[in-house]
Amino acid sequence: MHEVTLDHLKREGRIVVVGASLAGLRAAETIRDKGFTGSLTMIGDEPYEPYDRPPLSKGVLLGKSTAERTALPRRRAIDAEWRLGTAATGLDMAARRVRLADGDEVPYDRLLIATGVRARPWPNAAEGELDGVFVLRTRDDGAALARRLDAGPRRVLVIGAGFTGSEIASACRERGVQVTVAERGDAPLVGALGGVIGAVAAELQRENGVDLRTGVMVTALEGDSTGRVRAAHLSDGTTLECDVVVVSLGAQRNTEWLAGSGLGAGPRGIACDAGCRAFDIRGIVTDDIYVAGDVARSPHPLFGYQFLSLEHWGNAVSQAETAAHNMLSVSTDRRPHIWVPAFWSSQFGVNIKSVGVPSMGSEIMIAQGSLAERRFTGVYGYQGRVIGAVTFDNARWLQFYQQQIETTAPFPVPFPTVDRRPDGHRPVPADFPDPSVPTHGPTITLSGYSPADRRMTFTPAGH
Amino acid sequence: MTHGILSDILDYANRANPYPLYEELRRTPVFHDGSGPYVISTYYEIQGLLHDPRLSSDARNLAATAGDPLAGEAEEEAALPPSFLKLDPPEHDRLRRMTNRPFGPPHSPRRVDGMRDDLRAIVTGLIDNLGDPGRIDLVDQFAYPFPVTMICRLLGVPREDEPRFHVWADTLAASLDPDPDADPAERQRKTHDSRMELGMYLAGLIEERRKHPGDDMLSQLAAGHGQDESMSTMELLSTAALLLIAGHETTVNLITNGMLTLLRNPDVLERLRREPELAAPLVEELLRFEPPVQLLPQRTPLVDIEVGGVTIPKGSSMWLILASGNRDPKRFENPDRFDPDRRDVQHLGLGSGIHSCFGAPLARLEAQLALTELARRLHNPRLLEDPPPYRQNAVLRGPRHLRIACDEVRSA
Repeated sequence: MHEVTLDHLKREGRIVVVGASLAGLRAAETIRDKGFTGSLTMIGDEPYEPYDRPPLSKGVLLGKSTAERTALPRRRAIDAEWRLGTAATGLDMAARRVRLADGDEVPYDRLLIATGVRARPWPNAAEGELDGVFVLRTRDDGAALARRLDAGPRRVLVIGAGFTGSEIASACRERGVQVTVAERGDAPLVGALGGVIGAVAAELQRENGVDLRTGVMVTALEGDSTGRVRAAHLSDGTTLECDVVVVSLGAQRNTEWLAGSGLGAGPRGIACDAGCRAFDIRGIVTDDIYVAGDVARSPHPLFGYQFLSLEHWGNAVSQAETAAHNMLSVSTDRRPHIWVPAFWSSQFGVNIKSVGVPSMGSEIMIAQGSLAERRFTGVYGYQGRVIGAVTFDNARWLQFYQQQIETTAPFPVPFPTVDRRPDGHRPVPADFPDPSVPTHGPTITLSGYSPADRRMTFTPAGH
Repeated sequence: MTHGILSDILDYANRANPYPLYEELRRTPVFHDGSGPYVISTYYEIQGLLHDPRLSSDARNLAATAGDPLAGEAEEEAALPPSFLKLDPPEHDRLRRMTNRPFGPPHSPRRVDGMRDDLRAIVTGLIDNLGDPGRIDLVDQFAYPFPVTMICRLLGVPREDEPRFHVWADTLAASLDPDPDADPAERQRKTHDSRMELGMYLAGLIEERRKHPGDDMLSQLAAGHGQDESMSTMELLSTAALLLIAGHETTVNLITNGMLTLLRNPDVLERLRREPELAAPLVEELLRFEPPVQLLPQRTPLVDIEVGGVTIPKGSSMWLILASGNRDPKRFENPDRFDPDRRDVQHLGLGSGIHSCFGAPLARLEAQLALTELARRLHNPRLLEDPPPYRQNAVLRGPRHLRIACDEVRSA
């Protein structure tokens, strides 16, 4: 195996992208934009060309759009060989080959991994297979759930009140469907935005007719004789009748296929340097393997060089472009991926946006507007600096707060702003849950010794 | 009065082409000559300030207006309370939100698009009546009457009253702009009188709409529903006056500047004739290249702020020169080139942030339709004078007349 020169790589090299996703597509486009004329292979386990996920929990569930119409717009032709519906199953780093589920092997000179995450399934597989139990991550998930909502279920149970769970609840209410949300934490969105904002989100849900139950877990799902889900048992002892259950317990990173490859990949993602080059398990950076999107974990200088993995649309685009640029550049021309985390959500008629890393914040102050009006800017502080910000229906100011984060501006915010209310002069604890006590995703205890004996059981919070 | 480059910008002699002055200004991104306003001319700085919550649009936060030739009018003398254009949140948000209810999504999602047929009919009618193809004044015969007719229809203002409010609107638009030859007290009195008369006119109209509501915006604003309490009569008058004036003073210039630019770039004009779908990107590039609002003279910091290494003291008056930011080479490649194929065209032509142009969707549609139809129906059009005579105003900049000729006005 000889090292190809950059020039040779650009002209007739082989680039393989694993993950026909948003990140994969944008990377492929950038690769061609950079003048790469060699062979480009796109590998995806789903049978579809890259599509957009945000509409799946919004417009698609509302019936305003269909899952089939979420294909991502193309910025340019990428002239790729598509291997869709074929999962990558292994990686031989020494021989530079990706193994596919159909037994084929694809050689590469540069590899980009953008395999993303998948929905965390309901931990009890038999219950998860009941008719009427859904997760929401893929296009097929979105289409199936939308069809079921079209049929007019009597009651939907959403397990988990993170962003996706809350958006699903919002869509149900907008369609006039009865919905219960069960959340293990004290409020919706509490893991991402803390208890102060979580309380606003809780109020918002209840006012919109959501039967919100916090501090409880779903311990079991029960089906009828035909295998359709009919009820859920909660940790507070109650039983809830429902005919649709959406499991919304966060995501798992798609890294299992890399097990044993020697790449630094695990349940928390694939570690990479700021230039998107993957680490191997020895902590040595690779030269030919790059990572982008939800599956990547990269150090961020603005946030203490912490390894962040972000499930953000904008991050996927930006990281893909950086990875593509770097894989076709000499070392001195490479760029770091220093995107400031940002995401948005739309629920119950409110536009929620955030920048920075609110969950690092210990305090929050309402710099503009008011919680009562649900139109505000909340600024998060960490050790005397601004670390994040969230807006409810106030997004146009967010760019300013991003700049404050980028310039490590002091916290509490010392200056007056237009629309500063009396309650916004003092910071208060942001009220994030104790990170040592898991709130998102059930706690699972493993028991048994031999692999065949191993069992998973729930451990409800505080019990 | 300011000397040097700011007075050059205001000087009518430079109206036809202020861009070399802006280029000079950009060498000092935050320009201040000691007594005048702080003038910001570079893209990223303007963009940042438009999203800066420490910047107020409310003239009551202005400490000293001395030295700012664009801040001459004392607000407390005004006949109407400030419109949301000159207010900060939460008052701004409340009024803008209420105004938006009958105008756009989520409550009135198809209002603007539903006007497409009306707009096309007005455009067709105006072009049909252009008369002698050898002597067309595109401003008087087309670019002015088109948006005026449309904003009247949208608001529910009788079109036949146009000659009355035309005079008031002209005076009010001119009040944004210094006229070195006029007596300031006399100008202030005229502005005050115009606002008063316009207010009284609108008050009568609103009274009428309350009794006999139609589906126009005035009727719906007067009816006022939703979670906010309804507008007070004075708020309603200010809002209506804002919509009426901003609804046409700017679009006239957008269309006229557009046609002027197209006539100076005949290849693009020819392309538009063949590919009407070019209209959308073309109008965006136009908003970058020749924005109808050249600068925003009404922002003031609530605290000392630092911009580009310069500290701007609390209460200072500031000008944000949008037209200069739009030609900043640090932001746009070949900024002085008019290029409708430009993909990266995040211009400042409609502002940005919470005060970004309320009427943008309507302005865009009007300009797209107007330019497409003119390109399609005027055969071999050409400028009779270049540059054309401009309006006095340096803020709302555009030709006063655009005299053109063509071989023939094709039938619709």
